[in-house]
Amino acid sequence: MNNVHQTKCAKEPVAIKVENLVKTYGNDVKALDGLTFSVKAGAIFGFLGPNGAGKSTAVHIMTTLVNPDHGKVTIAGMDIISNQAVIRQTIGCVAQKSGVDLLSTGRENLTLQGQLYGLRGSQLRTRVSDLLERFHLTKVAKRPANTYSGGMQRKLDIAMGLIHRPRILFLDEPTTGLDPESRTALWESIRELAKEEGLTVLITTHYLEEADQLADEVAIIDHGKIIIKGNPEKLKEELHGDILQLELSETNSFENIEHIISDLPEIQEIMIENDSVYIRTDSSAKIVAVVLGILEKAGVNIKSTTISRPTLDDVYMKYTGKTLSKSEGEVDS
Amino acid sequence: MNMLTHSWYMTLRHLRNTLRMPFVIFMNLIQPIIWLFLFSSLFSSIIHIPGFNSNSYINYLAPGIVIMSTFMAGSYAGMSMIADHNHGVLNRFLTSPVKRSALILGPLIQNAVTMIIQATIMILLSFMLGANFAGGLVGIFILIICGVMVGIGFGALSLSIALLVRNEQALMAFVGFISMPVMFLSSLFMPLQLVPDWIHNIARFNPVNWAGEAGREAIKTNIDWGIVLTYSGYLLIFSILSILLATLSFRKYQKTI
Repeated sequence: MNNVHQTKCAKEPVAIKVENLVKTYGNDVKALDGLTFSVKAGAIFGFLGPNGAGKSTAVHIMTTLVNPDHGKVTIAGMDIISNQAVIRQTIGCVAQKSGVDLLSTGRENLTLQGQLYGLRGSQLRTRVSDLLERFHLTKVAKRPANTYSGGMQRKLDIAMGLIHRPRILFLDEPTTGLDPESRTALWESIRELAKEEGLTVLITTHYLEEADQLADEVAIIDHGKIIIKGNPEKLKEELHGDILQLELSETNSFENIEHIISDLPEIQEIMIENDSVYIRTDSSAKIVAVVLGILEKAGVNIKSTTISRPTLDDVYMKYTGKTLSKSEGEVDS
Repeated sequence: MNMLTHSWYMTLRHLRNTLRMPFVIFMNLIQPIIWLFLFSSLFSSIIHIPGFNSNSYINYLAPGIVIMSTFMAGSYAGMSMIADHNHGVLNRFLTSPVKRSALILGPLIQNAVTMIIQATIMILLSFMLGANFAGGLVGIFILIICGVMVGIGFGALSLSIALLVRNEQALMAFVGFISMPVMFLSSLFMPLQLVPDWIHNIARFNPVNWAGEAGREAIKTNIDWGIVLTYSGYLLIFSILSILLATLSFRKYQKTI
């Protein structure tokens, strides 16, 4: 009985709720323009958009750094303006611009951070050592942070954000400026954390791959508004179908091929470009063998076959009319 | 309670960082030391001007130079705040439960410690150049306290400006622009009886002048405690108001992050 009740309550509590947030800088720079979304407890939520879309402003407001002009933010059921002190204890923040004191050592940085959150004595020392261990920083704990690599500083940043065991963690562009290897390693850490500690994570990024890899749910933000929101897999599925690409030897007659396979019901569209045939289909796994069989019988020579899934970039493009890399300009090459 | 413990943690952090770059203390001293040597020779015959009440200029100049050194040190207190802003450290603190006042008091208390060291060095140097500090250790102690108070007051103002301009060059330019007039519109280098009335009138409202007057009085043989206590009182009020202003500056800072 008790059990049932508990699962019912814990079913879908909302960790972060943002309603109609507006923030204007200066006279008419609208950083946020009616931002509305919510994040389920325990989820990794990806906040995706180009630089200047309003991601950081939203994070600043959610982490009590900046007050909104209009709108309401509720964190763990509490209004952010009237419960600032409690909320600061509930959330952990890792800002886009690191927050490491470069003159202090890793251990000193973590210790001070713990002290500010009210940790003391042996409890603090154990927590600091555990976090250093977890993020593989024990060896460099006594070195000033200005001797750390970018990846190490970022790890220290995240460790500092976790020192007081927050329930909700905000990560603002945590992997910007990291090399691909450190980036993948950091993704792994974030995934582990979310799983083991039941953390709710809100991560902002302008890397599609990052959102795709990490997030249970993504929201695409542009000009201070949410454009589309959902599970990354589902968003991609909504684009309907994979692309089956067949690269042929030049000797084949293409009209012929179109004629041979167009009868198959699973095929939605056939496109021919240069020496390749593109087949759009909802059930690529099923159809690939059938198509190859038919073509082989007809004596068509196939050099290679590829199945590609739609990417978040396709999703982004569908809803904004531009690719993310284009809206980034030269910022991210 | 939280305010005090948080301030203490912040002070420790700033002291630790200062200990890692001890040369900064000596960099701050270069200018006052040059002035001490230069002015004590350059203006040595000033004592012959009728109305100058001291028989050696170094005796007059020494407390002034001590105040100058703490005033200058305090004026640059905002530099650490700008560095914290640039490195994202400040925003990290502001999203934590730390008390805003601790972010002001921490660097100021650290500055007070370095000011005491600097003032002591300047006193020793002046002593070697012939200043006599007739009032003895009590007088020297009061002189240092006055120096620290004016340094803290201007230090808090410097932190305020740092929170508003957030740019090292701008703060340096501001300090450079303001420090000369503030020091010369006071009795640090010349008794106010000998300066034009308009300077005298401005000096009455100048905290650097208050510190100079109180400090100079304290190291005399016959101390007029009325002067010392009045000006020390002014200095105390000035530093408290500056600290309050600096704490309030966070509101403005957070509006324009």
